[in-house]
Amino acid sequence: MVDKNQQVIDKTLDQEYKYGFTTDVDQTKFEPGLDEEVIAKLSKIKNEPEWLLEWRLKAFKNWKKMSEPTWAKIDYEPIDYQALSYYAAPKQKKNDSLDDVDPEILETYNKLGISLDEQKRLEGVAVDAVFDSVSIATTFKDELAKHGVIFCSFSEAVQDHPELIKKYLGSVIPATDNYFAALNSAVFSDGSFVYIPKGVRCPMELSTYFRINATNTGQFERTLIIADEGSYVSYLEGCTAPMRDENQLHAACVELVAHKDATIKYSTIQNWFSGDKEGKGGIYNFVTKRGNCLGDNSKISWTQVETGSAITWKYPSVIMQGDNSVGEFYSVAVTKNKQQADTGTKMIHIGKNTKSTIITKGISAGEGQNTYRGGVKILKNAENAQNFSQCDSILIGDKCGAHTFPYIDVKNPSAKMEHEATTSSIGEDQLFYCNQRGIKLDDAVSMIVNGFCKEVFEELPMEFAVEAKQLIEVTLENSVG
Amino acid sequence: MIKIKNLEASIDDKTILKGIDLEIPAGEVHVIMGRNGSGKSTLANVIAGNEAYEVDGGSIAMNDTDITEMSIENRALEGIFLCFQYPVAIPGVGMAYFLRSALNAHRKHQGKDEMDALEFLNNAKAILSELGLDDSFLKRSINDGFSGGEKKKSEILQLLTINPKLAVLDETDSGLDVDALRTVAKGVNKFKNENNSVLIITHYQRLLNYIKPDVVHLMIDGKIVESGDMSLVERVEKDGYSWLEK
Repeated sequence: MVDKNQQVIDKTLDQEYKYGFTTDVDQTKFEPGLDEEVIAKLSKIKNEPEWLLEWRLKAFKNWKKMSEPTWAKIDYEPIDYQALSYYAAPKQKKNDSLDDVDPEILETYNKLGISLDEQKRLEGVAVDAVFDSVSIATTFKDELAKHGVIFCSFSEAVQDHPELIKKYLGSVIPATDNYFAALNSAVFSDGSFVYIPKGVRCPMELSTYFRINATNTGQFERTLIIADEGSYVSYLEGCTAPMRDENQLHAACVELVAHKDATIKYSTIQNWFSGDKEGKGGIYNFVTKRGNCLGDNSKISWTQVETGSAITWKYPSVIMQGDNSVGEFYSVAVTKNKQQADTGTKMIHIGKNTKSTIITKGISAGEGQNTYRGGVKILKNAENAQNFSQCDSILIGDKCGAHTFPYIDVKNPSAKMEHEATTSSIGEDQLFYCNQRGIKLDDAVSMIVNGFCKEVFEELPMEFAVEAKQLIEVTLENSVG
Repeated sequence: MIKIKNLEASIDDKTILKGIDLEIPAGEVHVIMGRNGSGKSTLANVIAGNEAYEVDGGSIAMNDTDITEMSIENRALEGIFLCFQYPVAIPGVGMAYFLRSALNAHRKHQGKDEMDALEFLNNAKAILSELGLDDSFLKRSINDGFSGGEKKKSEILQLLTINPKLAVLDETDSGLDVDALRTVAKGVNKFKNENNSVLIITHYQRLLNYIKPDVVHLMIDGKIVESGDMSLVERVEKDGYSWLEK
């Protein structure tokens, strides 16, 4: 049985990455290399105000003094930051009408199942499409504007809403926060910006679709979401990239701010190219995501389904500053072939009666290595803080690994902490049971794994829960027997 | 229906089945009784194709098709159904989804259209009410947090939904209270007809008060040593198995 299962695993792992195509498009691209001049040039293209260029340069200065973190359980060749290009954009400028977008690019998004044509779009989902370093189009802007919701590319927001950018940029993730955040702060090119005004429940799901196309180019997007008092927004990001032999660097920053009584739900389906069977190529995904529950009774919930990337280094976190605020982290991380994921969260309790929940599901197949790393910090004044953590891992085959590193730091004795962790192999008895009912091994594996992930999938917006389920099925197809 | 010839099987190099011959024609209910460790459950598992066991000799045929080397799911599709002694939990996988997937795998194999959700649901609800189970049963995860009785009733629900050719009940009666035992028996009686067969593996007479077997086999140390009618069951209840040992 074990051998047979291993064959299925091997077969599954042969599964082609279906988003691996490239788009042939005329582009403006910087020569490789990074210095003050490159940053100034980038800032100039974007017509940025002086203060923003200074902010970037300060970040760059700091970054040069920092060194790459080595504490994560990941292993990779050193990245040559001077060999990367820090800006690549299709030659056509972004325009208000889709007619002006290069048809090749529209076709790319169509192939990915993302129609930018509002008529054909999934009902109730607005999309911002980011292609390499720039945003190509944002749909349903007018509809959203009626409710006072701002949803646009980060570059546009710098031009049209500089006061909001100045106030919030770096307010959750300081430019000096960590090595990759500092690099992003220096060279970020585009991303999405969202502002939900007081008391508004955003009438549709907002989503950004990130596509890396250009070679040897880093993607450094920056997303900023602000939910003003009493507002609600659900936001989703999706990511894919072509199959290339070289590794590509993706170092994003996402900052969320929730004011009093506001809720932000942020979901990610990450399916960057993960490299081939031998571990060649794939995206290096070094991402800093953090939300601040600034006001009382606010809530920030992260849900992530991570199936792609050669390396994932990512810890979406919540600072619960307001009293009674809530932080949540739901994660499914799949590693197969030689993929490595070191992911988790940090929950920082500052306000009184703050409550956090962490539910993670790690799935390892092939030679994949899956690490959960999570920190829960209860500060001195956080009376009656509560945390519940549950970290489950499942192993498919015998060459993969699962690791759990929970860190807990409690400074207030009234805190209530619960932590559960399990690691199991996908059970032969479960497979036997399904097979005995006439269910094929492949279907049985995806059924069992989907069941294992159910608590997390339930947190996704419905349209995307289906997508996530299918993604897991495709990812694990033929992974046993 | 099923023909087993001189079947030998082992697990971890330990021989358990030492030449089993067993034939169950369509329309018959057979019972196998025996002490713990005599190989009864091994036989059930080997019939179902559990790959933890090694078949060392002999053959198993279903309606003249040799299934000795067949995969677990293909045997299942050929009509073999095992009521598990210890049904395993699969957290997060709903009963309805699981059962419909299983049913449709069988229907597809039989060249029938897949059953849609509504038809399936109506079908399942009718069976549930006969088993005295609430509709909400379908929303629960397979065997997850089920009581002993619920687990066995879930097996019977699956049996009646899939409607196989041969039902193998591996100690389905163990650990059941009288009410649950009656429900299980009712399900099995509803299942059986002249075109299918039932193999009951048990330690006790009590299930046989509700399901009348056609043939009773007694198993000792990996072999069937005695076959006959209900009187064998009574003898075992009274005298145990030692009279069978030479």
